[in-house]
Amino acid sequence: MNAWSNIKTITKRELGAYFTSPLAYIFIVIFLLLCGFFTFMVGGFFERGEASLGRPFFDWHPWFYLFLVPAVGMRLWAEERRVGTIELLLTMPITTWQAIVGKFLASWLFLGLALVLTFPIVITVNYLGSPDNGVIFSGYIGSWLMAGAYLAISCVTSAMTRNQVVSFIISVVICLFFILAGFPPIIRLLEGWAGTWLVDTIASFSVITHFDGFQKGVLDSRDVLFFLSLIGFSLFTTSVVLRGHRAG
Amino acid sequence: MIKVQNLVKIFGAKHAVDGLSFTVERGEVLGFLGPNGAGKSTTMRMITGFIPPSAGTITVGGFDVVGQAIPARRLIGYLPENAPAYTDMTVNGFLNFAAEIRGLRGDAKRRAVHRVVEMCFLEAVLHQSVETLSKGYRHRTCFAQSVIHDPDVLVLDEPTDGLDPNQKHEVRCLIRKMGEKKAIIFSTHILEEVDAVCSRAIIIDRGKIVANGTPEQLRQKSDWAGAVTLRVSGINGAALNQKLSQLAVVKRMTVLREDSTSVTVRVFPKSNVNGALAPNIADAAQGWRIEELHTEEGRLDEVFRSITMPDTAATANEEKK
Repeated sequence: MNAWSNIKTITKRELGAYFTSPLAYIFIVIFLLLCGFFTFMVGGFFERGEASLGRPFFDWHPWFYLFLVPAVGMRLWAEERRVGTIELLLTMPITTWQAIVGKFLASWLFLGLALVLTFPIVITVNYLGSPDNGVIFSGYIGSWLMAGAYLAISCVTSAMTRNQVVSFIISVVICLFFILAGFPPIIRLLEGWAGTWLVDTIASFSVITHFDGFQKGVLDSRDVLFFLSLIGFSLFTTSVVLRGHRAG
Repeated sequence: MIKVQNLVKIFGAKHAVDGLSFTVERGEVLGFLGPNGAGKSTTMRMITGFIPPSAGTITVGGFDVVGQAIPARRLIGYLPENAPAYTDMTVNGFLNFAAEIRGLRGDAKRRAVHRVVEMCFLEAVLHQSVETLSKGYRHRTCFAQSVIHDPDVLVLDEPTDGLDPNQKHEVRCLIRKMGEKKAIIFSTHILEEVDAVCSRAIIIDRGKIVANGTPEQLRQKSDWAGAVTLRVSGINGAALNQKLSQLAVVKRMTVLREDSTSVTVRVFPKSNVNGALAPNIADAAQGWRIEELHTEEGRLDEVFRSITMPDTAATANEEKK
């Protein structure tokens, strides 16, 4: 109970920090513009003539997040270390875990808010036709989970350095791996020389493979578990990195 | 309240802190002195639980800071070096956050914030962003954060660093007042501060305690303790030296300044003279007139130098003389 109220206090502070800087507004505007542009202009939403958001909308999310999520997550720990407030935060009567989870939740909720703000697209597709809103809902859940996985990776890289740019670049590279491992052109390339089992193993690490189910409206517990365990593992790594710094 | 035993911290091959032991009781203000890099901040970071010790134990209020970190931290208020604060918050927001994370809610939180705002004179900047504050205000904001829960133990790393003389005075008064009811450790390299605030001082160098005592006791270690500064007229330096060296209590004498009308000298006593030097000199005044005569108390900065830099202190003293 006490732990939860500590986490809530941290989350509240972090969320407040997003909205006092222009970062939050810039992020939301860019995210919404990208969503709109790719869905209607590149994704061929109208040309398809079908009432669904799968291909034209959700397909782009892994790529949007590749750059946008590390931009949100890069300041989480790097900024604390640069300014020195980490010394305040980690000597407060809270555990390191509560601080990590509190910070992560704040950013994740923020990403969730950005995602919710794409609702006009849902309204549009409902106005034009009669889509399966269950599929759309499961797409949103999957997209949010995927954003959380990217974010947790950004937490690790942010804890590793006091330089936000370094943190950004490293987390983009790691996230790119998690996309490419399941990106069809890469898979075809691998199939040329590797055995099926190896290709499957590599592909099973990809966010694309696991996001695919959500887009089809299938809430597979294995997919949910994949994202949650990626988040859990990354946050654990964050705590190890933070402890490593303090132990000197 | 604070008990440190055989504390060691090793960074790579360097012993930053090497076997420190000391205690601080309620009602004590312990001054932590030492040159830069002596291990002051490292020790404070270990007491507050920011970094774990390589060896040794620290208990605060009976709680081990590693094994029972959370209850120990509840008792501590901490002002880190350079007084960091969240730049993206207002002063009010920052203090409310500090109060909340310390478990204060509702009315108790409001009262606590109000109390520290008054205590640290922050009304004028309450709704200003921390980023835009001057260094003095930022420092006091972080200081306010450290006392918001009225902690029993205060750990202050250079609490007056970067403040103007008025602010320094205010902070010192504040520390002295709070020291009556709390156990306080603060680090500084301003020696006048030790006199103004501390009930006890520890000098550390290269991770080890090299002196421990009240400011008076430390001053006694000075060569200057009990020395007499004397200005006379009607005699020249060489003649005065001859006369004074005949006295049984005088060890040696150095001339500080000499001009046509008067000569100023410092006379050092032999050990165990215990203040008999000045009366003896006064009695010996024949054929010359004493213009000025006073006994030195011993100087902390000289003690500090001679303890932490034994090689250079001697030459520095020669220069001064």
